[in-house]
Amino acid sequence: MSGGRRAWLVLTRNPLTVVGMSVLAVLMMVALTSPYVAPCDPLAQDLSQALQPPSWAHWMGTDSLGRDIFSRILVGTRYSVPPAFLVVLVAMAVGVLVGAPAGYLGGWFDEILMRVTDLFLAFPALILAMAIAGALGPSLPNALAAIIVAWWPSYARLVRGQVLAVRSSLYVEAARCLGASPTRILGWHILPNCLGPLVVQGTLDLGSVILTAAGLSFIGFGAQPPIPEWGAMINAGRLYIASHWWVVTFPGLAILFCVMGFNLLGDGLRDVLDPRSAR
Amino acid sequence: MSDYSGDYVLELRDLHVYFHTLGGRVHAVRGVDLEVRPGETLGLVGETGCGKSATASALMGLIAEPPGEVLASRLHFRGKDLLAGAASGRDRLRRLSATAVAEVRGGGISMIFQDPSAALNPVFSVVDPIRAVLRHHLMLDAPRAQTRALEWLAHVGLPDPEAVAGKYPHQLSGGMKQRVAIAMALAPEPALVLADEPTTALDVTVQAQVLALLRGLQEETRIGLLFITHDLGIVAEMCHRVAVMYAGRVVEEAPVKELFEAPRHPYTRGLFAARPTLHGGRERLAAIPGAVPPPSAIPSGCPFHPRCPRAQAKCAAQMPVLEGDPHRAACFFPVTS
Amino acid sequence: MLAVKNLAVAFGALRAVDEVSFEISRGDTFALVGESGSGKSTMARLVMGLLQPENGEVVFDGQRIDHLDERARRPFRRRMQMVFQDPGGSLNPRRTVRETLCEPFVIHQPGQRDLDEKVLALVSRVGLSGEHLDRYPHEFSGGQRQRISIARALALNPEFIVLDEPTSALDVSVQAQILNLLQDLQRDLGLTYLFISHDIAVVAHLSDHVGVMRQGRLVEVGPADQVLHAPSDPYTRALLDSIPPERPG
Repeated sequence: MSGGRRAWLVLTRNPLTVVGMSVLAVLMMVALTSPYVAPCDPLAQDLSQALQPPSWAHWMGTDSLGRDIFSRILVGTRYSVPPAFLVVLVAMAVGVLVGAPAGYLGGWFDEILMRVTDLFLAFPALILAMAIAGALGPSLPNALAAIIVAWWPSYARLVRGQVLAVRSSLYVEAARCLGASPTRILGWHILPNCLGPLVVQGTLDLGSVILTAAGLSFIGFGAQPPIPEWGAMINAGRLYIASHWWVVTFPGLAILFCVMGFNLLGDGLRDVLDPRSAR
Repeated sequence: MSDYSGDYVLELRDLHVYFHTLGGRVHAVRGVDLEVRPGETLGLVGETGCGKSATASALMGLIAEPPGEVLASRLHFRGKDLLAGAASGRDRLRRLSATAVAEVRGGGISMIFQDPSAALNPVFSVVDPIRAVLRHHLMLDAPRAQTRALEWLAHVGLPDPEAVAGKYPHQLSGGMKQRVAIAMALAPEPALVLADEPTTALDVTVQAQVLALLRGLQEETRIGLLFITHDLGIVAEMCHRVAVMYAGRVVEEAPVKELFEAPRHPYTRGLFAARPTLHGGRERLAAIPGAVPPPSAIPSGCPFHPRCPRAQAKCAAQMPVLEGDPHRAACFFPVTS
Repeated sequence: MLAVKNLAVAFGALRAVDEVSFEISRGDTFALVGESGSGKSTMARLVMGLLQPENGEVVFDGQRIDHLDERARRPFRRRMQMVFQDPGGSLNPRRTVRETLCEPFVIHQPGQRDLDEKVLALVSRVGLSGEHLDRYPHEFSGGQRQRISIARALALNPEFIVLDEPTSALDVSVQAQILNLLQDLQRDLGLTYLFISHDIAVVAHLSDHVGVMRQGRLVEVGPADQVLHAPSDPYTRALLDSIPPERPG
């Protein structure tokens, strides 16, 4: 049986993983199509309709400025999901650039790079992101940049560990026998064999990034109004939490949906990509 | 120590082992018959994928069900029917349940594995598992178990047993660990011991010592020994009778001298011709063409026929059964010299 | 063709290789036998330049190669190759056979035109076929993977091949095929082998000269017939006595 087919079977064997894959599919579709399928303009205000409970006209009710929450949730996907992918990919790229040479070359090079990594890891990600976002000024791009800065060290650690493990493989020795240069060994032999745990961790982190970004927006360091970012929506609806529950609940559920979906998918991918369960 | 006076310690008929995998159902063991008498060593020889390890695991109840499925028509251990009350499986065979075997495991049947590190828990000192089996199977109290465990450590040839007893597995060499594993297997005074390639991971000088130890202990205790190996030299040294396995079945079975002097099955002959020997000279080895078929793609009829120099049309169509006594071969055109 | 003189290397306090010297003539098969910890695998890596010795020399075709940097070593890499013990581990699991066999050319002869033909010729020489080229290592049996390893070692037409327990992980019938293949290749291509093994029967079958190693030292060396049938060293004798008999009784 081919590797691809086996991978698919293992993935779909677990119903929870299938749930995760479906969530991802839904999110991607919504992110792509939301401006066109949303029933209302997410920025259109109608103060006469402010703080209406969920109804047939407004499925998730309206917020304090009369905007349709459902439309804002749909469009808000664009401000959470694609940015999360971007953050994870960039952080991973930086992590690879730092961790792979550190793992392969070892010695003082490794020491220096790892101490720098340790420095960043010493700060809780949220605090570090707050500090950076605060210094740069509150906006969604700045918040994302802050998260990347806070996040890359853990990928660097992960990649370094993987490279260390693969570095002593017999096929790497065989490549050295052939006279392959260190660059070739790292890029052609070692890194492709390190991808598995990276992909798993990245998928799991997507949910965490969404949560962190929403958190930053919630405390005012991220997306600013009127952008329909979910964390910002929760922040704006904070005042009405007791009397008008729908304003904060639906954005919160949206975040929950994403995080759970990515976690389930990540766990399922681990079954496929984890070398212990291979063959 | 084995006071069983009947003919056979183990009588196995028609063992089948299936594994349910993503790729479908794999028939790993396809109807194996085995008998072991007290004081006798039966060698089970074969290459990778022939089913010999699966056979041993099935006998020990080590195959997880699912994904495994173990069936047999008859399994008698010391005269006791281990299949009594068993559920029916396919083909009028009965399912061997792990619990039935668990009752005899350790106390009646024990096992020595290829990798001694796998058998010894790294967080306990090496005397600990020996003590444990003595207390559990022979019901000895703690002080008597300790004494007896030390006696066993000496008996398996470990110098300074008291010092060794307190050591941890990682502090011992491969040969010493395997001696501990042998003590663990023999301490509960079993009637049958399954040894699955116990010396494959050891250096040749250590291997010689361990094999001599096993032989000596067997003569002393009169246990039945089912010895699994791929090495024909070890078979020559250790075994009284030999069963050769290929593609999940036994294809030849004979007393050891006869097997070496006049092998009948073309696969057995092929194995002998293919092995290099110290005095064998430098000519090209007579290699068996082709490769062992994977359990998921076994040829029809006689599984060896695509590689057999004596194969004819009949061999692709029908399955030969073991014939002859006491030298049996499953072949339509065996070599009779 | 190859000579080592007083070679020594230590890992911490352990003297892995201690004052080892021997010579291998062109076209010969020289075997190094020993048990685990004897240092024979370390010798393989010293000869191939994967490890630097602390003392002594490695001389290939009259030139010292033991302390060369990678650049200076390059021309020698084409002439000396290695086949490893674990056929599964020595092939990159994420690369197809084609990619693995192209690698020697990519490294040493970039811009090589008829790569497809060359690679096809390589697999045919070791008994495989073109349809195997686009598959991954895990789709092959142990014997087939070892054939691929051998093909990779042959790619640049080397003169000298170090074989580190090439058949230890293989079944008897497969081992016979691989040993025959190695003998054929040596005859057809005029190769010189350094064959490392713990299996004395295989060594007896294949080698012209034998060196016996024990705990880093070379305790006996000489023509195969002499070392294996009339040994002078007690350790060699003990080793030979430990081999299981060929026949029962």
